[in-house]
Amino acid sequence: MSKPTNANNNGRPIGAPAQHGARPTSAMQQRRGPGGGFGGGGGPLGLGAPRQKPKDFKKTMKKLIKLMSPYRWLFLLCVIFAVGSTVFGIAAPVIMEGATGEIIRGFMEVQIGGFSIDFSIVLRVILILGAVYIVSALFMFLQSLIMADMTQKISYSLRKDMSAKISRLPLNYFDTKTHGEVLSRIVNDVDTVANSLNQSLTQIVTSVVTVVGILAVMFWISWQMTLVALVTVPMSAILVMIVIRFSQKHFRRQQEYVGHVNGQVEEIYGGHVVVKAFCAEDKSVGDFDNYNNTLYQSAWKAQFLSGIIWPAMSLIGNIGYVGVSVLGGVLVSRGSLRIENILTFIQYIRRFNMPIMQLGQISNMLQSTVAAAERVFEFLEQDELAPEADESSLIRDISVIRGSVSFSNVDFGYVPDTPIIKNFTTDVDAGKTIAIVGPTGGGKTTIVKLLMRFYELNGGSIEIDGINITNFTRADLRSMLAMVLQDTWLFNGTIMDNLRYGKLNATDVEVYAAADAARVDHFVRALPGGYDMELNEEATNISQGQKQLITIARAILKDPKILILDEATSSVDTRTEVLIQEAMVNLMRGRTSFIIAHRLSTIRGADAILVVRDGEIVEQGSHEALLAAGGYYKELYESQFV
Amino acid sequence: MGYYKVYIPIIVVIVGLLWIRAYGELNLPDYTSRIVDTGISQFGLESLVPNQLARESFHAIRERIPVGEQAGFTSAFRFYVPTNTYRYIGGEFGEEVAAEIYARITAILHGIQFTFEDLRHEMILLGYDMEQQQMRYIVGVGGLMLLMLLLIMASVILETFLSSRMAAGIARRLRRDIFRKVVSFSNSEFDKFSTASLITRSTNDVQQVQMITGMFMRFVVFTPMLGIGAVARVVTAGSEMTWTITIALLATLLFVAVIFILVTPKFKIIQKLIDRLNLVTRETLSGLMVVRAFNRDEYEEEKFDKANANLRNLNIFVNRVFAFMNPIMMLALNITTLVIIWIGGHMVDAGTLQVGVMFAFLQYTIMIIMSFMMMTMIITQLPRALVSINRIAEILKADTSIKDPKNPKTFDDLKKGLVEYKNVSFKYPGAEEYVLRDLTFTVLPGQTTAFIGSTGAGKSSVVNLLPRLYDVTDGQVMVEGVDVRDVTTKALRRKIGYVPQKALLFSGTIGSNIKFASADGYEIKDNDMKWAADIAQAGDFIAEKANQYDDEIAQAGANVSGGQKQRISIARAIAKRPNIFVFDDSFSALDYKTDAALRAATGKNIGGSTLLIVAQRIGTIKNADQIIVLDNGRMVGIGKHEELLKTCEVYRQIALSQLSEEELGLGGAANE
Repeated sequence: MSKPTNANNNGRPIGAPAQHGARPTSAMQQRRGPGGGFGGGGGPLGLGAPRQKPKDFKKTMKKLIKLMSPYRWLFLLCVIFAVGSTVFGIAAPVIMEGATGEIIRGFMEVQIGGFSIDFSIVLRVILILGAVYIVSALFMFLQSLIMADMTQKISYSLRKDMSAKISRLPLNYFDTKTHGEVLSRIVNDVDTVANSLNQSLTQIVTSVVTVVGILAVMFWISWQMTLVALVTVPMSAILVMIVIRFSQKHFRRQQEYVGHVNGQVEEIYGGHVVVKAFCAEDKSVGDFDNYNNTLYQSAWKAQFLSGIIWPAMSLIGNIGYVGVSVLGGVLVSRGSLRIENILTFIQYIRRFNMPIMQLGQISNMLQSTVAAAERVFEFLEQDELAPEADESSLIRDISVIRGSVSFSNVDFGYVPDTPIIKNFTTDVDAGKTIAIVGPTGGGKTTIVKLLMRFYELNGGSIEIDGINITNFTRADLRSMLAMVLQDTWLFNGTIMDNLRYGKLNATDVEVYAAADAARVDHFVRALPGGYDMELNEEATNISQGQKQLITIARAILKDPKILILDEATSSVDTRTEVLIQEAMVNLMRGRTSFIIAHRLSTIRGADAILVVRDGEIVEQGSHEALLAAGGYYKELYESQFV
Repeated sequence: MGYYKVYIPIIVVIVGLLWIRAYGELNLPDYTSRIVDTGISQFGLESLVPNQLARESFHAIRERIPVGEQAGFTSAFRFYVPTNTYRYIGGEFGEEVAAEIYARITAILHGIQFTFEDLRHEMILLGYDMEQQQMRYIVGVGGLMLLMLLLIMASVILETFLSSRMAAGIARRLRRDIFRKVVSFSNSEFDKFSTASLITRSTNDVQQVQMITGMFMRFVVFTPMLGIGAVARVVTAGSEMTWTITIALLATLLFVAVIFILVTPKFKIIQKLIDRLNLVTRETLSGLMVVRAFNRDEYEEEKFDKANANLRNLNIFVNRVFAFMNPIMMLALNITTLVIIWIGGHMVDAGTLQVGVMFAFLQYTIMIIMSFMMMTMIITQLPRALVSINRIAEILKADTSIKDPKNPKTFDDLKKGLVEYKNVSFKYPGAEEYVLRDLTFTVLPGQTTAFIGSTGAGKSSVVNLLPRLYDVTDGQVMVEGVDVRDVTTKALRRKIGYVPQKALLFSGTIGSNIKFASADGYEIKDNDMKWAADIAQAGDFIAEKANQYDDEIAQAGANVSGGQKQRISIARAIAKRPNIFVFDDSFSALDYKTDAALRAATGKNIGGSTLLIVAQRIGTIKNADQIIVLDNGRMVGIGKHEELLKTCEVYRQIALSQLSEEELGLGGAANE
């Protein structure tokens, strides 16, 4: 199923809110699992959602580091800023203690009728703190700025590499992968990598610094209170582990049933005509309800379990907070601690939970980042096309090529061990027309793909004017050939752009001439906007026949030596069909032509007919000769008159 | 939307629970301040008014009191002989008076600068263990805090439970209703919405709604509650503090608003750019062979690069804005705390504020600003969710254009298999041009009628009117003597075996696909299934499959070839044993030989049924009892092959484009 994978199914714009609230609001910051699809993530926190695991963490991690190495100085700067802003953040409460301490001292003395607060001390602390806050904010700003730019640049260059990679991959690769899969790697996986780099890198740094820094300050203030606070850490860890264990199951089930529900929707909507015609509405609704109910059960459980993790953790955190308040109160009353120490301590406790939890998530985050990166790298590292022949054996002058083609003992299979083409041998003189006929799946299209060198042969050779096609560069070889397929591929752009695709530097006059020869000109002029009319995404704003004509014009403009036509016009009306035929005759004039023929008139008019069945030429010759031979061709030919 | 109506009681409960949680969380700073103020500063003594005083202390204090107030002070205490102490008796006067007396005494004690320190001293003199007293107080407040935490936790768990069920429940209802609705849609509605869009609406959009419902309660309802509660506490507590927090709040709001106005439109553009990136890549992938044939790799890469660079630039912009936003918000928060400390310090100095309360204020301020920051995050999601909700509502509001009659008629058994078109004209809903104009013909029971014509001539439209996939614009389509609009669609469609142009299979097995028509009361037996498969020329290839009829069919039949799909699709129609068959160009995917064999087999086995065939190949329909030639929606010829060759120009053109004159003659001869 090559359904286009919509980028960002999770509905989050690339990059943007992911780095929202680098510190303050980490509840929102938890990324939902990259499981993608419609069901990605669970509750608002998405905690406990299963993550994809990379196959080889170490290797991919190394590549990821290498990928970032051009940015290492920037990255270092980022780390410095992150550490700086974190350290300032940690220092602030301690500094503030100077002011609060003075206020409390004053307060106490007011209580016992002593002196009042010395506001010069308070003011000084406030000014220092103001400066610290500003610098800290500046650091934070610079850090996110650099990080955001950096990750965007990385994802841009990853995508650029991937786009270039598409050109260098053999077609086999795309035979085994759906477009959706490739698309998802280019769009979604790169997105995941960029976002998590953006987040997890700084998060690792800031979390570690925060935890270490806060621990140090807390111990410094009171080791007793710190121990009380630390007791809660294993408690929350165990709690989270338990909840995650329970929720995993439901998340997995949810994912699975989202798949089923969506599958059912796609299938039934896609086949609704049949559903109606066979009165299968009730049946399909019944199936759907079953899936939907199971989905509901797992969805709410997953959401519930992941939804309580965070409150549960903050409960445990708060229990630590209570313990600290009580213990601190006692310590102060005994005189071993001052009130402002408790107040400062409490501020640290409040900040302590978050980075610990983030550290716990980092492994998961890294896993999913690396899993996405792995898919990206895997794509980038696919075996590329066989290299061009050595410069010495390359034939670069193709102007003298006349266009005779010979296949000798060609063997080929898309998958090794399942040959599609077996010992295929034939010679075609320049300027001749060859019709290839045979049942579907017999290998007709494969033969012309081999001529275009879309695939490499398993055995034998193909020669043009006696020169092996591997002795041309692919670009040169293909510049001698033009192909008109039944799958009329046009792109989103103007008709002019589409025509000019055949020869990018063609003058307008040349384009019009080609359009005229292909019978395109007259209908284009009647269209709104004429040659400048924009074709939409699927080029559905012109008819199938018109599309076919444009592809022919494109081929004429290219002016090839050898022509490949896949003559399937079943979906074109008779009048257009006549036009297409005329256009094709124009196109074929003076060129060697291979036609995958469906129409008897073409077959009869061909200089030679190849009957291909199961990858082999079973019969070969002119129409009359083949009919006289009374073989498979005759059978095929006559079957239409039954 | 009405969807939330059923949940109103649950929503009320959830809001209540959230309120409890907000109340609890707002109380926590209060407790800390009690530990600091009462527990520590006041040595665990809640009140300055002593419960008892030693006789000497009572007199010492009374002497320091201004003369005018001495009587009032004395009247609140009574001497208690056994212990030789004065006891406070304010409580004996009834609540209102007691409070008055209490306030009065407190004021007096303040006036003479009798402090908690003095009181503590006094209590120690009287033999109280003050250390234990203080401990008891602090631990007591700690206990209350724990209780409060448990209350919060309980309400959170319950609330999460309810809202998860609600969010998932709403999503389930939406999915169910949308699915039912869409299944009831006729082709017109499918044309209007497009299948792809209907799919996204039923899947993506519902998911969006589910997510936002879950988050809405937690963030959009709860956070403001917490914020408002915090504001309320600040306002009731300290007048000078209020404006500080108000200004901080307004500034944050304004800032967020500016960022929003700046960034929200960009999100839409980003989505468009991502779509563009997708489109460009998809185009390249689907046209890979053409791209390579024309050596246009670089051209495609450039196109991709342009989309890629645009996306990068906009993303960088948006990220920069957010990189700016967070530190600024944090800075606003921090500066506000400094201002609070400055003002609070002065209030403490003036004796109008206690230190613990000041710290509670700080915490409230943090809560308020944090809740705003949380909300901004949710708000970015809202416009998207609203779009989804609207898209869903569009489906639910739409009504199918093909409805069953209130009083359905019954078919005329005597006219079994008879099909009549009477002055039928048809245009697609919303279209201006007629696709079919004034068609009148009769298809006799057991006979084969073929439709031929160029694309756009209206062939498929003619046969689509029969099973009421569309309704006629004018005229009547009659099946077995009744207008198709006068019977239920179910009854009508049971009579018709329809084979669409594009073979559509469903996931399951080959068998389940062939038996697709079996439903309530109508069971297709294995024998019938095999019989149908054999006629459809599918028996042979099914026999070669590993599990034969139990062989799996993937979604949309992706794992069988086009020709096989088409044959299963034909078998599916045959297995239904209908009175009337409609083959909408069903043979084009088959090679000539299979086509011929299939036609021979159907002729032999289902000869009793009426056949309507749309075809491209002259060969397929040459032997039909009646051929109808369509051109531009009009019938330009009707009759048998040989007649039409002579009389109908359009027919002859079509025939000649496929076969030579000689072959046409030859074909006729070979058929004798």
